[in-house]
Amino acid sequence: MNFEMTDDRRMLADSLSKLLGDRYGIEHRNAVAYEAPFHDKTGWNALAELGILYAFAPEDAGGMGGSGFDLLAVFEQLGAALCPEPLLGAVMAAPLLTEAKEDLEPLLSGEAIYALAVDEPEAPWDAGGGTCEGGDTLTGRKTAIYGANAATHFLVSARREGKLALYEVKAEDAAVTPWGMIDGGGAGELMLDGTPARCLIPDAGEAIDAALDRGRLALCAEAVGAMDWCYATTLDYLKSRKQFGREIGSFQALQHRMVEMKTAIEQARSITILAADRMDAHTTAMAKSLVGRTARKVSEEAIQLHGGIGMTWEYPLSHYAKRLVMLDAQLGDADFHTARVAASYA
Amino acid sequence: MDLSYSPQEQAFQEEVRAFLADELPAEIAERVKAGEEVSKEDTERWHAILQSRGWLAQTWPEDHGGPGWGPVERHIFDEEAARAYAPRILPFGLQMLGPVLIKFGSDEQKAHYLPRILDGTDWWCQGYSEPGAGSDLASLKTKAVKDGDEYVVNGQKTWTTLGQHADWIFCLVRTDAGAKPQAGISFLLIDMKTPGIEVRPIKLIEGGHEVNEVFFTDVRVPAENLVWKENDGWTVAKYLLTHERTGIAGVGFSIAAFERVKALAARTMRGGRRLIEDPLFAARLAEVEMDLEAMKIFNLRMLAEAQRVGHPGVETSMLKIRGTEVRQALNDLYRRALGPAAALIPGEAPGGNAALVAPEDEAAAASYFNNRKISIFGGSNEIQKNILTKAMLEL
Repeated sequence: MNFEMTDDRRMLADSLSKLLGDRYGIEHRNAVAYEAPFHDKTGWNALAELGILYAFAPEDAGGMGGSGFDLLAVFEQLGAALCPEPLLGAVMAAPLLTEAKEDLEPLLSGEAIYALAVDEPEAPWDAGGGTCEGGDTLTGRKTAIYGANAATHFLVSARREGKLALYEVKAEDAAVTPWGMIDGGGAGELMLDGTPARCLIPDAGEAIDAALDRGRLALCAEAVGAMDWCYATTLDYLKSRKQFGREIGSFQALQHRMVEMKTAIEQARSITILAADRMDAHTTAMAKSLVGRTARKVSEEAIQLHGGIGMTWEYPLSHYAKRLVMLDAQLGDADFHTARVAASYA
Repeated sequence: MDLSYSPQEQAFQEEVRAFLADELPAEIAERVKAGEEVSKEDTERWHAILQSRGWLAQTWPEDHGGPGWGPVERHIFDEEAARAYAPRILPFGLQMLGPVLIKFGSDEQKAHYLPRILDGTDWWCQGYSEPGAGSDLASLKTKAVKDGDEYVVNGQKTWTTLGQHADWIFCLVRTDAGAKPQAGISFLLIDMKTPGIEVRPIKLIEGGHEVNEVFFTDVRVPAENLVWKENDGWTVAKYLLTHERTGIAGVGFSIAAFERVKALAARTMRGGRRLIEDPLFAARLAEVEMDLEAMKIFNLRMLAEAQRVGHPGVETSMLKIRGTEVRQALNDLYRRALGPAAALIPGEAPGGNAALVAPEDEAAAASYFNNRKISIFGGSNEIQKNILTKAMLEL
């Protein structure tokens, strides 16, 4: 048994952490996360130069990683720094482009920014439930597309000859309605009406599900990084904030809650490690459900233990708290994934 | 046992319902329902409508302009008003300062300030909390030094709700630095237009502005603005806080929140069926409903007891804890029912949101985050547990 990261991954995580510390301090992060285009192009370029996108694809596809542990190494750091860049799309696009035998170099170098468009308003999180129609063009409506503002390319799921196919749509051909998100970062909707599109994979159901699960694993890792930050920040606060003549951290009732929080985070980290190792649907569903529940709990506890200050925009914790709650709603919330796990018992 | 209201109380409930149906302006109710910030104008308009019926100063005795209601009538009104999406009555002048002046104020203070609260001339805000004195109010540091027939005030208050609109602030200030923490405090009324006062907004987690910091630099306050006795403000403060805590369970808000979550889940399609038919979601909603139904009865038991003995008991702390938990759970379900669309900043996508999220649901996530405050303010839930521990357990 060995739970240590390999040297390569540790070095990648360390240099990513340093770059994020240098470029994405909380004030800069908040400045770019809440205004269109909701990301920082020069920051994106710097992340690409560091090579982190190469960690999303295996060597035989031109990358330098692609395993669950590679995603873990990168996304824990992104979560700890609350980075708003649209890397989730790249994580999910890499295996799909690999499957389609497309040239991955534009994605891996950061030149092309991909976003995955599978959700529809009445069937969120369920690629198979969509009604978007494809032939030589695409018609339909896709929603909750993370990174839509920044994207140069969309990978869109659509029904074609009774099967779920995967298409590529170029941003300049598509009508995008951008969203600002309450936790920072951008998303959007795509209105497709005879939109020019290229079919990449005619029978893509399994490939899309697998890509979504990679995205879910990345979100779990991001949550673990953000939860670590919240725990450390809350602990510092309990040691410094005085009420009734003593540090509030000296109250046993609050100490027990900190211990509960830490235990819950370690559980979330553990199931994320398991999912990264297995990279299967069942384990990923378990991880996304448990992490989603834990992320909300940690967010709520961290605010409550801070009191009023945790409610303010100026104090960085509030932005981590929002991110932790809202990432549960990305790519399937805790209930959605609990139902997936429960369905396996039948 | 008879759990129903008496015939008189039922008649009163009908009267309140009819009043709300006739008099609450529909556009204001819509804004409240949509979770928008209620404007100063909306609040003042609603106050005036209530005052014209004699229902504004609900906790004041009749000879000062109150409606003569007991705790049950007040509860009925609160519940019906919340269900009708009426704006909340601003508590600072009406529920906090008014009763304090009636009990502790001089005849001149009563004659001057009370009518101005009723007719809306003065908008009051509260100056209790400080950066180092939140739940631990007794460690407040804002200083008032007597200089002739004036006090000179220096210090800082925080979490001053809607202070940006206020004409006046009632403050706890330290007038004797040498005394024990709870002694040496006085209760002062300060005109917000006095030179040396600066109000700075605090932006909250979801981006809204409802609280402020208020800074005092050599602010000169006439000595006649002292309420009760110098250095005995703690007596006044404690009396005010008992008024702050009543009704804080917010049962009416939770009833309204439950109805809207249920309605949203009934019309939301998710994975080929209505969300309300999703067994997991339905089970979560069912559990909150049980807590809510229990809390309604718990609240009524507390009110019956308060009516019998003349004052609310320690149960108000239990109700505050459970009431805020239930409301937060409903806020959470409401946000979750919207799925990924809940993440949109309200109004962000021009025309796009309208099709994706109904206007009245746009603020679901913002409300969820904003209402994290309800387990923190008015004496945090942890402080309520300490109050209960002290009162109930002889450990």
